[in-house]
Amino acid sequence: MSVRAEFSLPLEGRVAAQPTGGVASMAATFRSDAAPERAHPTPARSVPTLPSRGREDAAHAYAAAASVPDPEVPCVTIADLGILRSVEIENGVAVARVTPTYSGCPAVLAIELAVEAALREAGFEARVERVVSPPWTTDWITEEGRERLRAYGIAPPAKASNSVRALFGETDVACPKCGSHETSRVAEFGSTACKALYRCESCKEPFDYFKCI
Amino acid sequence: MTARAKIDQTALVTILLRLADDHLILGHRLSEWCGHAPMLEEDLAMPNMALDLIGQARSLYQYAAEAEGEGRTEDDLAYLRREREYLNCLMVERENGDFAHTMLRQFYFAAFMQAFWDGALESADETVAAIAGKAVKEVAYHLRHAGEWVVRLGDGTEESRRRMEQAVDALAPYVDELFEADAVSDAVAEAGIAPDPASLRKSFERTVGAVFAEAGLETQAVPYGQTGGRRGLHGEAMGYLLTELQYMQRTYPGAVW
Ligand SMILES: [Zn+2]
Repeated sequence: MSVRAEFSLPLEGRVAAQPTGGVASMAATFRSDAAPERAHPTPARSVPTLPSRGREDAAHAYAAAASVPDPEVPCVTIADLGILRSVEIENGVAVARVTPTYSGCPAVLAIELAVEAALREAGFEARVERVVSPPWTTDWITEEGRERLRAYGIAPPAKASNSVRALFGETDVACPKCGSHETSRVAEFGSTACKALYRCESCKEPFDYFKCI
Repeated sequence: MTARAKIDQTALVTILLRLADDHLILGHRLSEWCGHAPMLEEDLAMPNMALDLIGQARSLYQYAAEAEGEGRTEDDLAYLRREREYLNCLMVERENGDFAHTMLRQFYFAAFMQAFWDGALESADETVAAIAGKAVKEVAYHLRHAGEWVVRLGDGTEESRRRMEQAVDALAPYVDELFEADAVSDAVAEAGIAPDPASLRKSFERTVGAVFAEAGLETQAVPYGQTGGRRGLHGEAMGYLLTELQYMQRTYPGAVW
């Protein structure tokens, strides 16, 4: 793994400056990154003044990678989850940077392979790099992503993953089916590493809660 | 550009391997419960926690392999070392025993690791800080889960209490080793990479004290603790564990998914 922090500084700024989003606005952010002073505050190692053809390619590559669904929760894309950090064209190769979610998430490799495949499908030579710093948190899930989770029947994670209350489940989890706040936790550890099992006391339906980390 | 603190690489690799081995071995032990837990929720919870631990171990092995720079991979480190090269503490390699023993061990380890990761959040080493950033949240779930069981069993029926008291006795000789400091941990602490284990004892005792008070349990003082894991000296259980853990890579060296 040679992917550590070398690239993380500019990426960090980009992700942090990404309040909500979804695919469209991420792609827009990507384009605006071509402005050298914003995109590469540190010595630019790639495309500070990208020719317009390159910019289009990069946006195209971004869109292809961003459309990859999460293998375990296919209602959301990896862009919705905030785990696709950037896609850049470097020496003709589309380089996608993704960040792992939960330490033990078995989907990490599947996601990386799917991103690489999507980029190749879109006509690029492709490489995927894993970025671990700064660590992903559920706060990076976009508003669209949270909505899609809810529509799929999974209660989205509480915001503010740094709060002990949120981590310790003393949060208000609304039923994704009927919206009731009368819910109770059945099991802390659910069907996948990222989910806990809840029950709605109003409509009596069980549902998954996307755990906050 | 990588913020990697200046330190003897051997000390960094050693500390990463100690941590990684703790997580891998305990993760393996927990995974042995899969399909055997006393209830369905636990049958999901224990492999889930095992997955977290093995995931954390992977991040640590990957970084250790990179820091070592000798072309070994995470798989080489996890599966193809000899018993004497594993540097985990003795507590994690112990056989699971009953559910009370497993949960108390989980509770002790999580209480220690929470203090450890909390201290490592500010690590001078960017990768260690990133691993800590995620692990500190995951271990918080483990700590709560195991802590609830310690209370429930300790303050439960006569039988569950007897089991939990037995677990406290059985694990008592293995607690001190968690806080052991030596030249390696001193060097790493001095460089600001990871907290000095000895400094975490207060935090650990506070956590354990609060849960034990609720569970009606008392800690057992032992005249001297068991030691040796950090230098590769293991108990009898370790060889059997490695036989199973390493079976696939020993039989089909280099096998990948
Ligand atoms: Zn409901």
